[in-house]
Amino acid sequence: MNNPQLNKDGKLQHLLTTEGLPAPILLKILDTAESFVGVTQRDIKKVPLLRGKSIFNLFFEPSTRTRTTFEIAAKRLSADVVNLNIAASSQSKGETMLDTVNNLSAMNADMFIVRHSQSGAAHLIARHVRPEIHVINAGDGRHAHPTQALLDMFTIRRYKHDFHNLRVAIVGDILHSRVARSQIHALTTLGVPEVRVISPKTLLPTKVERLGVHVYHDMEQGLKGVDVVLMLRLQNERMLGARLPSAEEYFKYYGLTQEKLALAKHDAIVMHPGPMNRGIEIDSAVADGKQSVILPQVTFGIAVRMAVMTILAGN
Amino acid sequence: MRVLIKDGRVIDPENGMDALNDVYIVAGKIVAIGAEPDSFQANHVINAKGLVVCPGLVDLSVRLREPGLEYKATLESEMRAAVAGGVTSLACPPDTDPPLDEPGLVEMLKHRAKSLNQAHVYPIGALTQGLKGKRLTEMAELHDAGCVAFSQSDKLLLDTRVMMQAMQYASTFGFRVWLRPEDDSIADSGVAHDGEVATRLGLPAIPVCAETIALSKIILIAKETGAKVHLCRISSAEGVAMVRAARQQGLPITCDVAVNHIHLSEMDISSFDSNCHLIPPLRAISDRDALRAGLVDGTIGAVCSDHAPVDEDAKLVPFGESEAGSTCIELLLSLVLKWAEEINIPLAVAVAKVTSEPAKILGVEAGDLSVGTAADLCIFDPDQHWRVEASILKSQGKNTPFLGMELLGKVKYTLANGIIVYED
Repeated sequence: MNNPQLNKDGKLQHLLTTEGLPAPILLKILDTAESFVGVTQRDIKKVPLLRGKSIFNLFFEPSTRTRTTFEIAAKRLSADVVNLNIAASSQSKGETMLDTVNNLSAMNADMFIVRHSQSGAAHLIARHVRPEIHVINAGDGRHAHPTQALLDMFTIRRYKHDFHNLRVAIVGDILHSRVARSQIHALTTLGVPEVRVISPKTLLPTKVERLGVHVYHDMEQGLKGVDVVLMLRLQNERMLGARLPSAEEYFKYYGLTQEKLALAKHDAIVMHPGPMNRGIEIDSAVADGKQSVILPQVTFGIAVRMAVMTILAGN
Repeated sequence: MRVLIKDGRVIDPENGMDALNDVYIVAGKIVAIGAEPDSFQANHVINAKGLVVCPGLVDLSVRLREPGLEYKATLESEMRAAVAGGVTSLACPPDTDPPLDEPGLVEMLKHRAKSLNQAHVYPIGALTQGLKGKRLTEMAELHDAGCVAFSQSDKLLLDTRVMMQAMQYASTFGFRVWLRPEDDSIADSGVAHDGEVATRLGLPAIPVCAETIALSKIILIAKETGAKVHLCRISSAEGVAMVRAARQQGLPITCDVAVNHIHLSEMDISSFDSNCHLIPPLRAISDRDALRAGLVDGTIGAVCSDHAPVDEDAKLVPFGESEAGSTCIELLLSLVLKWAEEINIPLAVAVAKVTSEPAKILGVEAGDLSVGTAADLCIFDPDQHWRVEASILKSQGKNTPFLGMELLGKVKYTLANGIIVYED
């Protein structure tokens, strides 16, 4: 299958998914991000790498957090950033997604950062933009959220140094999670020998083991001996249908507490893509505890997004 | 008008013919095959040397989009597409706007189609009013107006009681009920087969049990009521096995498959190709293989195009938001020939799946070349390649997963009632 993310020289043209990206490309993003961590901690947090570039945040699905991190990353690279909250504007006037994209392309955009509620939206846009425009997927439906996964990989590497001897568990709503899918592809590509998913059967997609993961339904079994615990956000609406009976029962069996975390390795780290539902998927004592690296994730998220933008703009 | 079709390879599965022969047509009817009738003087001679002459194709599922959906396609455009595909008889599902649930609408459609003088149109009436799954339509009246069977099209929405009563009522008059087996509460808002690809792409999925649960209901009710049932567009290996078992019990159940589904699988959507967004969803490769096997052993009687022209904008959106369906009637013959070649079965067996077999399911006089019947014929070049391109498709819809591909087998002439309605 041809990879729509790579240009004819095999370099990154768009970042749409972590699936199918060779390890050297993932590592290059992580390495580049390392150099930006310093920038984000300086007094003057700006570098002129993307001066004069126009970056459009195209959010067809509302998200304050992700949009803000991309905006900060772009501004620290000295790019001009335009935020479009399209969910509330032109789409409701009947303009199609591709019309919107074509209009913005005509304003000489250099990069689109796309968030959409439908899987494949960023792929569709990437297929239709002019060849000099880069597309970054900031989350499409249940499909992919590659920058989140990359910042997770960055965080894991920071704390664990080497991917090749790790056990990683992803806990929660795998079925609806673009984060989980992107994490799984990134972890397996980077050589993590054992990736586990822990979830009730109603929140697991069919044949998920084909993605190269081991399936656990019992959290205590699944957490045994792991180095990294990746928690997922549980959307409140999952409780409305017949997938889960209640938040209380979910927390009892799949919420991360200190007792359950004690089954993992003593130096295991806990991560979460945010925003957290305290008391539903994670106990506050864990979220704020010494094994939590949830806040560093946010910091590294800026550096990783700066790295992705810089690499794309350079290709 | 007297037409002579000379030197063609005449394939007429119903009459067991596959031989070089001449076909003689007078006043819209076949008067002889082989020996020239006395004092026959042709006004028009078609040289069919190197070509196959077979019955005009009979297609069990063609959306003409009229009435009401003319922005997608019109009767004119789709009837042109039909004859360009060698199709001379077609059944159209009732999911128009409004649905075909009143005799007046059916008469109007029949009248409009007839005035175009191309393929014969056989409307399938709505089983329930407005296809809403609540109240039965006036089936006997609709039958008198020209409906040959009754269906819910893709709007299943049938609770078990309504399904049972609809089948009972239809069987009172001996009408066949056409149902696409899918439990809509399980299918929910799914857009792809519940398998590896939907998992990878994060697409809402439709599990196989959506089909098998509906099938088991339909089969049990058919057994209870004695209703004749035709199952539209089966999609899974388990479904094929259930239909096979039901037929072995002697139940009056027939079944068709869409031609896309005997070639494609979930793998084909793997770059979010919205042209592969079909109803039912493309399933696993093992399902596709079971569909092929079901066709060979006769469990599945017919192959249909499930022609569904969609306007371009409705496909230029993310996969899950795109409108399902593909334009297919002009590809039907080539895709059936491709299947026959791939599994190495005689041409006549393949031709039967789009002529005599669907004609029997439809219960109309078509699909064979018997002397005295209407001269509906398809004449094609089995060795000519053609490229599927938007510009050459007559259908208003250009949405097909085969766009850009080379196919073998090109329709050269189509005759309906002895008149050449298409010439390449």
